[in-house]
Amino acid sequence: MTGVVHGDTALTPMATPMAHAGRGVARADYATIGGWVGQDAHVLDLGCGDGELLAFLAAQRRASGYGIEIADAGVLACVRNGINVIQSDLERGLAGFDDAAFDVVILSQTLQAMRRIEAIVGEMLRVGREAIVTFPNFGHWTHRLQILRGRMPVSTSLPYQWYDTPNIHLCTVADFDAFLAERGYRVLDRVILAKGRAVGFAPNLTGELAIYRFRR
Amino acid sequence: MPSFTDTTASADARVAVARSVGPVLPQIAHFDAPLPLACGRTLPQYDLAYETYGTLDASRSNAVLICHALNASHHVAGFYADDPDNIGWWDNMVGPGKPLDTERYFVVGMNNLGSCFGSTGPLSINPATGESWGSDFPIVTVEDWVDAQAQLADRLGIRQWAAVMGGSLGGMQALDWAIRYPSRISNALVIAAAPNLSAENIAFNEIARQAIMTDPEYHDGNFGAHGVKPRRGLRVARMIGHITYLSDEQMEAKFGRQLRDGLNFSFAPEFQIESYLRYQGEKFAEYYDANTYLRVTKALDYFDPATREGGDLARALAPATCRFLVVSFTTDWRFPASRSRELVKALVRRRRDVSYAEIAAPHGHDAFLLDNAQYHAVVRAWFERMAGELPVAVSDAGVGAASPNALSA
Repeated sequence: MTGVVHGDTALTPMATPMAHAGRGVARADYATIGGWVGQDAHVLDLGCGDGELLAFLAAQRRASGYGIEIADAGVLACVRNGINVIQSDLERGLAGFDDAAFDVVILSQTLQAMRRIEAIVGEMLRVGREAIVTFPNFGHWTHRLQILRGRMPVSTSLPYQWYDTPNIHLCTVADFDAFLAERGYRVLDRVILAKGRAVGFAPNLTGELAIYRFRR
Repeated sequence: MPSFTDTTASADARVAVARSVGPVLPQIAHFDAPLPLACGRTLPQYDLAYETYGTLDASRSNAVLICHALNASHHVAGFYADDPDNIGWWDNMVGPGKPLDTERYFVVGMNNLGSCFGSTGPLSINPATGESWGSDFPIVTVEDWVDAQAQLADRLGIRQWAAVMGGSLGGMQALDWAIRYPSRISNALVIAAAPNLSAENIAFNEIARQAIMTDPEYHDGNFGAHGVKPRRGLRVARMIGHITYLSDEQMEAKFGRQLRDGLNFSFAPEFQIESYLRYQGEKFAEYYDANTYLRVTKALDYFDPATREGGDLARALAPATCRFLVVSFTTDWRFPASRSRELVKALVRRRRDVSYAEIAAPHGHDAFLLDNAQYHAVVRAWFERMAGELPVAVSDAGVGAASPNALSA
């Protein structure tokens, strides 16, 4: 017996009926990312946590797709929230995904905690047409001032002490610009936020959170 | 990252009130319409043994089918009033307040064709001869089982399963439902399974079959006519199987090199692991039918939906429209996580709704039957999320709905 053959339309936009979607943008980078993700886009969110960003993009952009999360608590929260989640270690790459399978691949405030940065950025641009990366800007003036005073920086964007931080690859806006340029990646958009607002003047000094959109 | 939904509080509250479905009664559904089988033969008539737990709601939308693995049966949850120690094989998963909550869902467990626990199989009478089928019973496939399950669904008035769920070989049946009956399944829970067996897996099955078929009391499968049973073969088959269901780590922790009574320079069981395997083998040989074992292992070997599409699993999954939950266990080497990831990759390629949990558990393949907080929490969360999408809540309906054997106290 054979079932009715449907088209490739089974994937429902995620989480449309979810109550939390209207609860406001919990993180400053979500609104910017939402503005860059196209309507009905197919999205892969690396290090998706409880799926909040994907839920936001489903509500805002009718986006479909998947989150990748390594932590049990995050996977459980995604299942509870009706978000497609795949439990996997990003450090092992994205072997479970085909080339150009996604419109956009997002790495939101996870970059700085990863060991193999070049590998994951390369993988993002393999499986996605575009990549969006957000990270806390180590170049912010308060961080510089704390280092001048002889201490490791602790701030709202970097709330950890040196001994308990998960962040092992911190960089500045200027560092990331150079990283992309050296590899020939094209920056499509770049927004640097401070207190939730875009900064225009000396972003590497005044910006807290950097948000990049780039492609090969 | 801040959590926008509390993931633990409600789950803990439910665990606290989890209880058994209580005493249950197996049922038999008889079918007179012939069932065509993959091998080309036809079963002229057949019985299907099943149990149900919970209440089918008025819109018949809350039904969940549990598919069993190699040696299990329709007795999924609860116990028999006259045999209270005979507890269902997935009793920790199914019941009031359990991950698959029978206060919300109507759960059906069915014994597969060719088995030896009530559904028509080699021990049943062949109406054409008036004698038991024995070795003449057809070799049945996962697809045949699922076709029979669909017949039972029709009989129970279930047009679409809210979910079909199974572990190991049971997960293969859930996968087959998703592919061949896409309009009749909303969710597939494929646990500790694989899209087909590896060569190593087929090899283990063949050793088990050889153990049975080379037993002098096998008599080409007609041992029943000789009034004997190939017990030795069944024992060895079970011992081999059992090793593959455990992890090295778990065996070491449970048995290590423990001795029963020192070394006696004999071939009597001296190490605890030897006597454990012998005990498991003895027990199995008493209650299981050798002809069934041969057929169930063949069904495992044959299952490979991708072959219908030239080996392309993603293409084979094209008809599937349901949501998938795929679960694997880190120490499972019989159905390793890599095989589940293969399935997930094909589903992602098809852009299907799928979530995948890789559960850190020390128990090997058997982990799918055992308690594990994360595993059970994920399954519970899945069914709770599903319940939010059911057209009518069970508590609002259920009047006049079928509840054939809900005897729960």
